[in-house]
Amino acid sequence: MGKIEWAMWANEQALAAGLIYATGGIVGVAGQFRGWQFACFGIAAGVFVCLLEYPRSKRGKGTSVERTGQYCFTVCVKAFGPLTRNYYIRAFLHATLCVPGGFMLATVLGCVCLGIASLIYLTAAIHGEHWEPILPRREPPKRVGDSIKEPPQNPPPRPPPELRRKKADKLEAAAYDNPMSVTVSE
Amino acid sequence: MGNFAANEGLSIFVILVWLGINVFLFVHFYMAFLVDRYYYTRVILGHALSWARAPAACLNFNCMLILLPVCRNLLSFLRGSIQYCSRTAARQLDRNLTFHKLVAYMIALHTAIHIIAHLFNFERFMDSQLMINSSHLPYVLSQIGNNDNRSYLNPIRTNETNPTIVMFTTIAGLTGVVITLALILIITSSMEVIRRSYFEVFWFTHHLFIVFFIGLVAHGIGRIVRGQTVESVKVHDPVECHSKFETWGQNGTDCPEPVFAGNPPMTWKWVVGPMFLYVCERLVRFYRSQQKVVITKVVMHPSKTLELQMKKKGFKMEVGQYVFMQCPSISQLEWHPFTLTSAPEEDHLSVHIRIVGDWTQALYTACGGDKTVVLDAWTLPKVAVDGPFGTASEDVFRYEVVMLVGAGIGVTPFASVLKSVWYKHVQENKNVFTKKIYFYWLCPETQAFEWFADLLQSLERQMNEKDMRDFLSYNIYLTRWKDAEAAHLRVQYEAEDDPITGLKQKTRYGKPNWDNEFSAIATQHPGSKVGVFLCGPTALATALGKQCISHTESGTEFIFNKENF
Repeated sequence: MGKIEWAMWANEQALAAGLIYATGGIVGVAGQFRGWQFACFGIAAGVFVCLLEYPRSKRGKGTSVERTGQYCFTVCVKAFGPLTRNYYIRAFLHATLCVPGGFMLATVLGCVCLGIASLIYLTAAIHGEHWEPILPRREPPKRVGDSIKEPPQNPPPRPPPELRRKKADKLEAAAYDNPMSVTVSE
Repeated sequence: MGNFAANEGLSIFVILVWLGINVFLFVHFYMAFLVDRYYYTRVILGHALSWARAPAACLNFNCMLILLPVCRNLLSFLRGSIQYCSRTAARQLDRNLTFHKLVAYMIALHTAIHIIAHLFNFERFMDSQLMINSSHLPYVLSQIGNNDNRSYLNPIRTNETNPTIVMFTTIAGLTGVVITLALILIITSSMEVIRRSYFEVFWFTHHLFIVFFIGLVAHGIGRIVRGQTVESVKVHDPVECHSKFETWGQNGTDCPEPVFAGNPPMTWKWVVGPMFLYVCERLVRFYRSQQKVVITKVVMHPSKTLELQMKKKGFKMEVGQYVFMQCPSISQLEWHPFTLTSAPEEDHLSVHIRIVGDWTQALYTACGGDKTVVLDAWTLPKVAVDGPFGTASEDVFRYEVVMLVGAGIGVTPFASVLKSVWYKHVQENKNVFTKKIYFYWLCPETQAFEWFADLLQSLERQMNEKDMRDFLSYNIYLTRWKDAEAAHLRVQYEAEDDPITGLKQKTRYGKPNWDNEFSAIATQHPGSKVGVFLCGPTALATALGKQCISHTESGTEFIFNKENF
């Protein structure tokens, strides 16, 4: 635990807001409500916000949990460099995107939720947080021993083979069963 | 398949009943708005009226239910009473948080349907005010009640407005927005990522439920859902008169002007009971927290574990229960759960706290963790304790054969069990139902052993003295080790005592082969009910749950109990 990373909550809130914005927009367009143009904008803005917010940022401290299949989104968002890295810009972006939603009832809820997300992002930015992509770790190169062809990574603690073979008659004293039968002398 | 019914049957039954009630309420209230009283309302709104009222009824039902699973003290009380009748029913109460979340998802779903339907309603009400044409029934209907402002049908009374303004100027609209926002904030801060990492954000935001319930009760005060009054239907039959709207109320017709009224608010009837119970719950928690707790001993263990021994007057516990602790000098509002590691037979209560975050770190400092000099008792911080609350481990002694599996710090409830087992045997007049305990401890690192190893060592010694070596069979599994350690262990293979724990029973390496273990226990104890208790991660719970369900050799039944914080 430790200090809250506000961006994590802002991210969840913004993703939810994007979905609500888009849903409100779809209802407005499908029902052909008055002001359906705002609803169209709501759909576009909602989808855009969802795409932007889907990839989670890497946490400052602790393990980051990815969302399913977020890698391609991470790559896209990362490509915009400082625009997406900086949370002040994101807060401002969400604030501007949410304004047109206030002009039509169907998108009002999306507008307010996105506004709240923008405020939480502002808090995150003030606390000095920024967006980091979660990239897959490169595997460390495997070390190969001199005289051993394919050693296991972590050998279980076991006495050297000579000692083991001699103990065949004292199997009941062993801590665990040997997977293969051990004969007395080979 | 055999154990599936024993393990999951009651849960599935409860869920099906709950879903069934939801479906019934939805359909019933959908149909309730298709009657003649709402004929004219439907002329304007169509079926969107029913689509809004049906989820509203389900929302009433679910908002009633959602407070109940989190009344911990009530559930503890119920659990204590029920378990004399049925152990299965009592175990069902362990899954209260799962049920709380399910009900929350249902509330979110119905809120969405309700809002979308009302979006259509607002739009259609607005349309009927704007289509100014006396030959248009919706417009005519909207003009009714212009004089006295009481018998109107259309809540939008003028055409010089728009739905957004109307929403913010009606009680129903305004409370609707507020409670929906509260709900969305509660849900986003309850996502697992936030909950597990920043519990305080989750806990404080969750208190928006107070705003939610106040708004919910106030939501219907404006009586915005309107239909023809019963008296009006008697004199003005909508089915016959709807086409004669141009001559309503005129001399010679048998269709006087229809009169409309709003429905009284119903939600308070559903939620007032649970709200009262929850208020009682919080009062009980507050009362218990005010009672004096004295820290009698502080022990610093390696591996960043702090042991606190405390005394509280009149405190009674069972094995494996947990308490909530608060330290006002650290934070007035934070209560954190900790498993009790003392046995009921001891005269004090103890908890072992792992130092992982802000609050635990502050507690460590307040108890003098970083000082080397011994602190006086009066300098120790004041703490408050609420509880104890019962969880699955309480049931341990009701089984003849018991499997206890603890992963890492998850072994703490079992510390209490083992101590209690020992005390019960020492007091030989106690007839203990449990005949055999199999204990498995899975640990990723050796450091975590230290304080628990002491307990096991003393138990081992005492069992040898009493010649009861067979009662408890314990297996410690080290799931991760470094190469350097492995070399040392290889050399120490011959030693009598285990090089890590100092116990006679050797530490094992890697993960246990559960299939073998379950089969071995099943063959050793045919025909008995074996209780399997786990305190550990979800992956292990799934694995053990599957093993329980699939091992039914010679009539042995494995019943799975899981604890989780």
